[in-house]
Amino acid sequence: MMSPASSLLVEVLATPGRVRFLDLPGWERLLRQANSANVGAILVYLLEDNGLLNDVPLKPREHLEAARIVALRHRRLAGYEVGRIRSDLAGLGLPLILLKGAAYAMADLPSGRGRLFSDIDILVPKDSLDQVERALMVHGWASTHHDAYDERYYRTWMHELPPMVHLRRGNAIDVHHAILPETAPVRPDPALLLAAAREIPGEQGALGIYTLCPHDMFLHSAVHLFFGGEFDQGLRDLFDLHRLALHFGTEPGFWDGLVARADALELTRPLFYALRYITRTFGTPVPAATLAAAAPFGPPHVLLPLMDALFLRALSPLHPECATRFDGIARFTLYVRGNWLRMPPVLLARHLFHKAFLSPRTAEAA
Amino acid sequence: MSLVADLGRAELVRRLDGPGLLLRTGPFVSRIQSNISLVADGIGSLYHDYPIEEEGGFADFQVRLRQPTGLRRWWHPQVRFDYDGRQPFAPLPLAQAWPMFEWVMNWCVSNRAHRYLIVHGAVVERNGCAIVLPAPPGSGKSTLCAALVCRGWRLLSDELTLVRRGDGLLVPLARPVSLKNASIDIIRAFAPDAFLGTPVPGTTKGTIAHLKAPPDSVVRFSEPARARHIVFPRYQAGAVTTLTSVSKGQLFMQVADNAFNYFALGQDGFDCLANLVDDCDGHEFIYSQLDEAIALFDRLAGVGP
Repeated sequence: MMSPASSLLVEVLATPGRVRFLDLPGWERLLRQANSANVGAILVYLLEDNGLLNDVPLKPREHLEAARIVALRHRRLAGYEVGRIRSDLAGLGLPLILLKGAAYAMADLPSGRGRLFSDIDILVPKDSLDQVERALMVHGWASTHHDAYDERYYRTWMHELPPMVHLRRGNAIDVHHAILPETAPVRPDPALLLAAAREIPGEQGALGIYTLCPHDMFLHSAVHLFFGGEFDQGLRDLFDLHRLALHFGTEPGFWDGLVARADALELTRPLFYALRYITRTFGTPVPAATLAAAAPFGPPHVLLPLMDALFLRALSPLHPECATRFDGIARFTLYVRGNWLRMPPVLLARHLFHKAFLSPRTAEAA
Repeated sequence: MSLVADLGRAELVRRLDGPGLLLRTGPFVSRIQSNISLVADGIGSLYHDYPIEEEGGFADFQVRLRQPTGLRRWWHPQVRFDYDGRQPFAPLPLAQAWPMFEWVMNWCVSNRAHRYLIVHGAVVERNGCAIVLPAPPGSGKSTLCAALVCRGWRLLSDELTLVRRGDGLLVPLARPVSLKNASIDIIRAFAPDAFLGTPVPGTTKGTIAHLKAPPDSVVRFSEPARARHIVFPRYQAGAVTTLTSVSKGQLFMQVADNAFNYFALGQDGFDCLANLVDDCDGHEFIYSQLDEAIALFDRLAGVGP
């Protein structure tokens, strides 16, 4: 079976004790691969949690500590920004539901430690989208997409508003009303997600900030990676799933109910892929019963070797050392597939045509 | 420990073109890979007495400067900087390969070396007294720094002041001093024996030439120094040499403004900067005559009359 384990970084993420055998050139290679994959700070916490940090030689240790400093600053800024968003939306009486990176960070989940993210994703009920957008605009957030096609793309077909950026602070927010586009063939019911959301316990009582429930957090991470079409951070995203599984796997009922929840949300296929590739890549301890329950939801047998080949290439670190000739094709194929899964064929053809030929010209003209 | 000069031109080019030259500058080792002869020339001359690590060592930074092959080789040839598969900067004309090398060497440090509080400014030392010269471009900081190191001051750095967070000491980098436009001729006239690299015209900063760091500064780059003064220089044609003191509060804010990673460091950055400012006297300094400026700096260091 092919695996992305041909790279040192993947070996270390799967088996952190591997670093005990590294010489200095090995450390240099590991740090370079980690930086390319945007997991430099994730690495420092992984080594710390495994009691390995104190044995790291002086020079690589300095770089790991530098990555920690960047991550801590990121965490401070994210906390501040979430606080601002909460007060910007306070008048609406809605729970503030965070998704992905911001959720992991604010809930202090292990999967949030050292993880950098570029925007804050929130989930709101579809019928409150207008109010939310207005409230954000009043507080200095502005849409970044002014092109008429992009406006239509987001507002008619997508599951989110066009990304908004704060005019003074420059941070970005994505306002979602669902986790898959309106045009996708499967439509996880947002009402189910909203109803199951969990409040983050604060030190001085509740803060009114929520995350999805553990099942939904795991499934959202899976659908984002395997239906999304963008694999720039593929390895990092796969490692998110691994860390979520390790953390929530100890909660009673997590593994037992996962497949049923995926079924209710129509997300059994991404769940299948997530479990397949975390276990193969990182050796995540997923109970045999859960794997067996997810097994029927894979792609047709003839397709599976192809999907393995594509995903395992796309999930390798982007570092040039780990690259092969096949990478570009794998990533492009998955990009088209990601869009295929989000739009019916005619609309997709139109979208790709527009992105390839019309958007660049509009950008040049602007 | 071997030096760049020990390699010889052929071996230098082989390493640059292959596994990389592991060049030590102060506390850092950079793995440099380049197929550009201007880069080999620059390293062979401006860095000839710098230590190198043997192949198989550890590099803190990886600097790849490549001239693209194919049509681009002939048509407006370019230099591209590549950091592990990413291109953080737009390519430049090939003739600017050397200034680009120096810029990306600075960029690596200012983006990643968070063990230090990094201040944009020069550091020179004499008689155990280190003086930090933080300043925006155009203030004459590099000219003053170059003049001082041509008159017996030790160069710690021209661009990046590294304050070690553990003990507050200034750690030397001792890389070449970047001179711009009129400064090039001023320093040539001021110190005819000093070694300057070939001037490169047409960069975003005008014409640039690098002054080689004095050999003694390179030899001593494992010796940190304690900062005693922070001086904000300003060159003003015809001005009388004047030194005015700056209050501690103002000094703190002005140095923070010039620091690359003050905010990234959070509380530690504040503490480190506060200690630095406590150790130092702050001054605004206006000058037009280099000789007078140097005499004044000598007095600050307790040297001379």
